[in-house]
Amino acid sequence: MSREWPLWEVFIRGSHGMSHRHVGSLHAADAEHALLSARDVYTRRNEGVSIWVVPSVQITASNPDDKGPFYEPSQSKVYRHPSFFDIPDDVGAM
Amino acid sequence: MYAQMIKSEGGKSREEMSPEEAAFQDRIDAGETIEPQDWMPEGYRKTLIRQIGQHAHSEIVGQLPEGNWVTRAPTLERKAILLAKVQDEAGHGLYLYCAAETLGISRDDMTEQLLSGRMKYSSIFNYPTLSWADIGAVGWLVDGAAIMNQVPLQRTSYGPYSRAMIRICKEESFHQRQGFDIMMKMAKGTEAQRRMAQDALDRFWYPSLMMFGPSDAESVHSAQNMAWRIKINGNDELRQKFVDQTVPQAEFLGLKVPDEHLKWNEEKGGYDFSEPDWEEFFAVLKGAGPESAERMKARRDAWDDGQWVRDAMTAHAEKKSARREAAE
Repeated sequence: MSREWPLWEVFIRGSHGMSHRHVGSLHAADAEHALLSARDVYTRRNEGVSIWVVPSVQITASNPDDKGPFYEPSQSKVYRHPSFFDIPDDVGAM
Repeated sequence: MYAQMIKSEGGKSREEMSPEEAAFQDRIDAGETIEPQDWMPEGYRKTLIRQIGQHAHSEIVGQLPEGNWVTRAPTLERKAILLAKVQDEAGHGLYLYCAAETLGISRDDMTEQLLSGRMKYSSIFNYPTLSWADIGAVGWLVDGAAIMNQVPLQRTSYGPYSRAMIRICKEESFHQRQGFDIMMKMAKGTEAQRRMAQDALDRFWYPSLMMFGPSDAESVHSAQNMAWRIKINGNDELRQKFVDQTVPQAEFLGLKVPDEHLKWNEEKGGYDFSEPDWEEFFAVLKGAGPESAERMKARRDAWDDGQWVRDAMTAHAEKKSARREAAE
């Protein structure tokens, strides 16, 4: 049995100006083949106007075990959220 | 269902669990989603590979009974619709293979296990599609039964599986409606067409009930798989729901469900109905269905005949890549 085609991750942008979003993955011999397959597998119902395909091996992911320490810097800074500040109702919308 | 009789690899009580296993169960009990990189018990991983793999194989093998009628669809429109549906089934298979691959099994491994008979696919696809009305019955009953199971599975604990199910469910109701549309046309057509529709219902009714699997009241596998949230409802519960939903639809079509014991039970708020022949089910699952040999042969031929295409595309990609590197 010969080698499997490499795995690609597929990202699609819908027509409403949103960012590309990961929709799944597929096997393909090369990038061009991956794009054609992505169209057939993931946009059969007008789901997208733009497709990115990325070799899965090229993706570097954060480690789920580091969930605590890795995101700690953002957890301790509640003042980054607007609700941290008490603005009197009289000031109006802000 | 598309995944039937999934043997579970777990079955530990709280006391027997390691701290890691207990923490894992807590996450599931809290409704959290498990992602590929997260720690998981080996039994969870193995059981899921078995279940998602069987589901994926069912989608792929499920193309065969319908593909049988693509060239013989009664109109060009029906043919285009059927082609689109069969293409969807290929897509559903691919979403599911990808979900299973995140658990560490390769696509080729799964294919090899299907072709060698070590992995199964749903019993329902071992029945023949003898007339055009069968294509209606498959969409209406088989996809209808599949939806019963797939809708709750959107909330399964394993993230990639859940996301695949969400995509599949979005597309599945087209399948059931196109089937019912065919049944309406046939049932309200000429006397000969009506008879074909009734015959299709007669042949697909019990095999559709078998899709949910035997009663799982006693099954330890079911209990473990439910604790892991990779099985959401009991087999009998889903079968009852399917019957309650389908009988009025058959009445609308003016067709008769082939069960003389079928009767509305006011007390339970559902129909009483006859069980399918479970001996037949086990035999079909073991590969003795009327079309079992034919289905496996079709899959083996597709794999063998496609070998040169896969090899050629790999060779072409390598040549292009080598040229690009040389030019840089």
